[in-house]
Amino acid sequence: MRRIAILAALLIALGACATSEGGSTTTGGPTTEPAEATTTAGPTTTADTGFPVTVSDGVNEVTLATRPESIVSLSSTATEMLFAVGAGEQVVAVDEFSTVPDGAPVTDLSGFTPNLEAILGYEPDLVVISFDPGDLQAGLAAVDVPSLLLPTATDLEDSYRQLEVIGAATGHVGEAAEVVANMQSDIEAILASATPAEGVTFYHEVDPTFYSATSASFIGQMYGLLGMVNIADEADDGTGFPQLSSEYIVSQDPNIIFLADVDFGVAPESLAERPGWDGMTAVQNQAIVGLDSYLASNWGPSVVDLLETIADSAAEMAPAS
Amino acid sequence: MIGSEPTTEVAPARIGRKRWLVATGVLLVSTGLALLVGSVSIDPVGIGRALLDRIPFVDVSSGLSDVETRLLFEIRLPRVVMGGLVGAVLAVAGAGYQGVFRNPLADPYLLGVAAGAGLGATLIIGIGAGSVLVPPIAFLGGMVAVGSTYLLSRTVGGRTTTSLILAGVAVAAFATAVQTYLLQRSYDTLREVYSWILGRLVTVGWGEVLTLAAYASVALTALVLLRRLLDVLGLGDEEASALGVEVLKVRRAVVVSATLATAAAVSVSGLIGFVGIIVPHTIRLITGWSYRVIIPLSLVYGAAFLILADLGARTLVAPAELPIGVVTAALGAPFFLVVLRNMRGSS
Repeated sequence: MRRIAILAALLIALGACATSEGGSTTTGGPTTEPAEATTTAGPTTTADTGFPVTVSDGVNEVTLATRPESIVSLSSTATEMLFAVGAGEQVVAVDEFSTVPDGAPVTDLSGFTPNLEAILGYEPDLVVISFDPGDLQAGLAAVDVPSLLLPTATDLEDSYRQLEVIGAATGHVGEAAEVVANMQSDIEAILASATPAEGVTFYHEVDPTFYSATSASFIGQMYGLLGMVNIADEADDGTGFPQLSSEYIVSQDPNIIFLADVDFGVAPESLAERPGWDGMTAVQNQAIVGLDSYLASNWGPSVVDLLETIADSAAEMAPAS
Repeated sequence: MIGSEPTTEVAPARIGRKRWLVATGVLLVSTGLALLVGSVSIDPVGIGRALLDRIPFVDVSSGLSDVETRLLFEIRLPRVVMGGLVGAVLAVAGAGYQGVFRNPLADPYLLGVAAGAGLGATLIIGIGAGSVLVPPIAFLGGMVAVGSTYLLSRTVGGRTTTSLILAGVAVAAFATAVQTYLLQRSYDTLREVYSWILGRLVTVGWGEVLTLAAYASVALTALVLLRRLLDVLGLGDEEASALGVEVLKVRRAVVVSATLATAAAVSVSGLIGFVGIIVPHTIRLITGWSYRVIIPLSLVYGAAFLILADLGARTLVAPAELPIGVVTAALGAPFFLVVLRNMRGSS
């Protein structure tokens, strides 16, 4: 009862945003209409509403009767996407690793070992996750809380699709399309000016035991967009994240080393101390780039920053040809 | 009857020259193979010449490139040596526990020693103390674990084979639970513990080899010297006392040595299962029950076994790696079953 009362209060407070255009549905697929919603400059919130709405996260279809006003996000990328499309005010709680943007309501909820009761404690009307350990979605469905499962994007298109799904589910279709359009033009601009990266070989380190990421992974594709050559591709084991041997890395002698584990205590300087690594070209030239662990593990709008970091490093550290 | 170990069986107390030759041959062949084959192919003749070149006063040109030389001496060789050391240590420690507890199923893993040592190592890595402290604290954790296992089995279930193993499983489960709790509480700092748990020889260099060699030489020497007394213990406490053996002291010495060896191995290489039970058992099935034979042969064959297992881990899916624990289990279990079957058929 209390939940309904709160919802009602919120709906009254946000009366301006309430349904005004009838109950037609919008799906999460590529949207072409939003152009009309954003004829004037700047995002508008009122034009996007169209609840109830049915969206698909790719596996399940979820119908939202009204605009969700207390969203719980257990995925740092989903949090970033929610705020990017302008649904930040509708978010009541995010998981411990949702550090972007600054104002997000971080709680001690865990996205890796989610606790159903703790989530329900926030009385959510929409839960967004990137990982279901087995029964989280089923548990939420049992108490009629709609949820979206948006796992690590397979490619940029999938990332755009997730933004559109989040936009549709939260009543921000137009802004989502705008975010996607901005990402696309930013990425195009980076690619247009990043020709020096073509053919540059690299090793991307996920952890200090030489787990890497192949071009099949999302992050691997970012390097691929720049035309860079991934030494881990030889070792593709179907997961996208094979463990390489030290021998192999040393013998490949990549041009640049990207460390996605600097935030977990691996200092770029320490690479010279690894057995046999001190003679590697990248180590001697100090062509070692520490990647922010947040950037290296997310697939939201901040991939633009990741791509820029990679492109800049490649331009700076690529061998003169 | 305590345990299920036959004590009256006549077993050769000495290792014949032929057995020594075979064991040494197996170890040499394994080492050679592991040096020649890797995820990167290097000219075998060059490897041979490069190794000769390292012998004092011998000067031959290997014809290997600079990268290949570094690869051989700084990555491949220390890894092979480390595999051999860890294998020897785990196998001999397993044999030692089996003798002291008069229990054919005793093993660093089933007794909870490895889990206890792992918990100690996790704590040290977690608070960010220097890596020098990891082996001693792992040793402490291992001693607490084996002590708890022994006391639990005595108080709960008498002195049967199963009660010791059940107590060990309970202690291991408890230590693992605490470790998992710690890992979940501080995901960031303990991330490296995750890959370490699965057993890792991938990052080994000469520094780790020296650390383990220091601990292992002490522990292994002690266990080899104690091998005769383990045979006497096999006669039963009263008989052993009657023969003038200080049963309690011998027990303590063996347990401390075996735990020290296990803890040092666990500290540098993570949790690698199966070696401590398979190697001594296979030797026992072939040569009989005397620890005077089992302990030295476990040392040699344990080393060869892990060198070969690591060769598999390095090359089967090259240039990717397989977790070594997966290889030891996959190789060890069927091999053990075959030996067991053959022995039953012939006797």
